[in-house]
Amino acid sequence: MQPLLASPLLIPLATAAMTALLWSRPVAQRVASVAGAAALSIATILLLLEVAGGPPLVGRMGNWPAPFGIVLVVDTFSAIMLAIAGLKALAVAVYILGSGRASRDRRGLHPLFHGLLFGVCGAFATGDLFNLYVWFEVMLIASFGLLVLDGTRDQVEGGIKYVALNLIGTSFFLIAVGLLYGLTGTLNLADLARTVPTVGNQGAVAAIGLLILVAFGAKAAVFPLFSWLPAAYHTASMPVAAIFAALLTKVGVYAIIRVFTLVFGYDTGFFGPMLTVVAMATMVTGVLGAAAHYDVRRILSFHIISQIGYMLVGVALMTPLALAGSILYIVHHIVVKANLFLIAGAIKREGGSFALGRLGGLWAAKPLLGLMFLIPALSLAGLPPLSGFWGKLAVIRAGLEAEAWLLAGVALIVGLLTLFSMVKIWNEAFWKPQPNPHPVIPLGRMARFGTYAPIAVLCVLTMTIGLWTEPFAALSVAAAEGLLDHDAYIAAVLGPVQAATLTETTP
Amino acid sequence: MKPTLILRSSSALLLWCLVAVSVYVLLRGHNAPGGGFIGGLIAAAGVAVYAVSRGRAAALRMLRLHPAALCGLGLLVAAASGLPAFLDSAAAYLTHRWWFPDVGIQLPLGTPLLFDLGVYLTVLGTVTAMFLSLVEK
Repeated sequence: MQPLLASPLLIPLATAAMTALLWSRPVAQRVASVAGAAALSIATILLLLEVAGGPPLVGRMGNWPAPFGIVLVVDTFSAIMLAIAGLKALAVAVYILGSGRASRDRRGLHPLFHGLLFGVCGAFATGDLFNLYVWFEVMLIASFGLLVLDGTRDQVEGGIKYVALNLIGTSFFLIAVGLLYGLTGTLNLADLARTVPTVGNQGAVAAIGLLILVAFGAKAAVFPLFSWLPAAYHTASMPVAAIFAALLTKVGVYAIIRVFTLVFGYDTGFFGPMLTVVAMATMVTGVLGAAAHYDVRRILSFHIISQIGYMLVGVALMTPLALAGSILYIVHHIVVKANLFLIAGAIKREGGSFALGRLGGLWAAKPLLGLMFLIPALSLAGLPPLSGFWGKLAVIRAGLEAEAWLLAGVALIVGLLTLFSMVKIWNEAFWKPQPNPHPVIPLGRMARFGTYAPIAVLCVLTMTIGLWTEPFAALSVAAAEGLLDHDAYIAAVLGPVQAATLTETTP
Repeated sequence: MKPTLILRSSSALLLWCLVAVSVYVLLRGHNAPGGGFIGGLIAAAGVAVYAVSRGRAAALRMLRLHPAALCGLGLLVAAASGLPAFLDSAAAYLTHRWWFPDVGIQLPLGTPLLFDLGVYLTVLGTVTAMFLSLVEK
C-alpha cells in the first residue's frame, strides 16, 4: 500500500534522475523516458483502482505524526488526476519520439519533462499546504526550462513573461500560507479543515482565502490573471505545449477545488458568487480571444482559458452534481486538449505552418489526420456523443438545478463559440485549397508512429468516454462525494482518536 | 588571463583538501552544523578552483561524470534512501532505518546519511554544472 502511494512521486523522480545520469546518451534517455512514463501510468491506474470510492489513502512521510509531518493524501479525486497525468505523460513521451529534435534531448528535455511530472504528481498527492507550494515551485522551475528549451528569441521572451507572472502568483501563495499559519498554527489540509471554521477572526480568513484564490487563479489562468498563458504557450515546442496544456493549469484548478471545498468550503456564501463571476468571465474572455486569432497554437491556448471556466462551476456552486461535472470535465479536457496540441504539431509537420492563412488542403492530402482532428475538436465544442458533451451537460444541468440561470446560459453560448473556432481551424487548415503548394517531406516510420499513435489512442479514449460514460461518470460522482465528505478526509489523515485528543488540548 | 604557476600547481592539492573537508562536514552534519548541502558546496568550490586554474576541459575530465549526470546520481541515491522503509510494511516512505555496527565504537549508520550523500552529490553536480557553463569554453 505505502509503496503504491509513494510511486507517483518516486517514478518520475527516479526517471528524471536516470535520464540525467544518461546525459550524454540521447537514445538511452528516450528509452528511459518512455519506460518511466509507462511505469507511472500503470502505477497511477493501480492506485486509482485501490482508492476509488473508498476512504483516502494516507502516507505519513518519515513516520512523523499527521499535523506535524508532511502527509501524502490520495482520495478518489487525487487518484483520478494522477491517473490522467500518468496517461498524458505516456502519450507525450511517445510523441517526443516522433517529433523531438536531437538537440532538445541534449539540452535536458527528458530530465525536465519528468521533473515537471514529479511536481505535478506531488501537487496532486500532497495533503499539506506548504508542501503544495513546494510542488508549485518544482513545476515552475521545470516548466521554465522546458519552455525555453530551443533557446529562440520568442521562447525566451515568452518564458520571462511566464516566470514573472507566475512568481507573482506564488508569492501571493507564500504570503497567504504565512498568514494562515499565523492564524491557525497548522498547514496540514485536514487540520486546517478542522480549525479554520472555528477561527474567531473570520474577516482575516476571508482575506487569506482571497489571496489563495489569486495565487491559484494565476496558476489556473482564470480571468483576469490569464495573460501569461497566451504569452508563453504558443512559443513552446509542441510536445511541451501539449503537456503544459494538459497539466499545468489543471494543477491550479485542482488546488482551487481542493482548498475551496476542504478548507473554505463552509463559507460558500462569500466565495460562491465570486467564483461564479470568475468562472463566467473566464469562459467568455477565453473564447472571444480564441475567435480573434488565426494561429492554431494561439487559438488552442485561448481555448484552455475558456475551458477553465467550466471547471470552476463545480466549486462555485458546491453541489455534488456540479463538482462531479467539473471533475468529468477536467478528465475530458485533459484528454482532448493535449490531443489537439499534438494534432497541431502534426498539422505543422504535414502542412508546414501553424498560421491558418498558409495552411490548406489537408483534408485531401491527409484524410486520417482530418478525422483525428474532428473527434477532439467537436468533443471540445461539446457535440454528442463525444466526451465533451457529457461534461458540459453535467455542468449546465448543475447550473440549472442550482438556479444559476446566467451561468448555465453563458456556458451554453460559450460552447457554441467554441464550435465556431474549431470550425474555423477545420475550414482553413483542412477544407480550403492549399494556397501555396510546397514539397512535403514524408515522415519516417518512427516519426509517423510517434506522432500518430498517441493521437489515435487519445481519440479512442475520447470516444470511449463519450459512448461508455457510465464508469467515468460514476467515478466523478464518487470523487465529488469524497470532496464534500470532510469528516472522512480529516479522520483518514488525523485518525479518529488523535482528532479527538487534539480538539481537547487545543485552547 | 593566464593563471599563475602557484595556482596551477596548488589547485590539485586544494581540491583534495576541500573534498576532505566537505566529507568531514557531510559526516558531522547529522547532529551538528553541516550536512550534504553545505558539504556539496565546499566540494563544488574545490572543483571551481580546479576549473579556473586548469580550464573547463580538465575539470570535466577529472570529474569523469558529466555534472548533470552527477546531479541525477545524487537524486537517485537520495530517493533510494527512502526505500528501505518499505521493509516494514506499515511504514511510510522515508521512515528512518538504522544499523549500529560495532567497530571498537558503535557507528550510527542509517538511511539519513544516505539521503545526505544524495543531497551532497546533487548540490555538487548542480553547482558545478552552473559554474562550468560560466567558465570560458
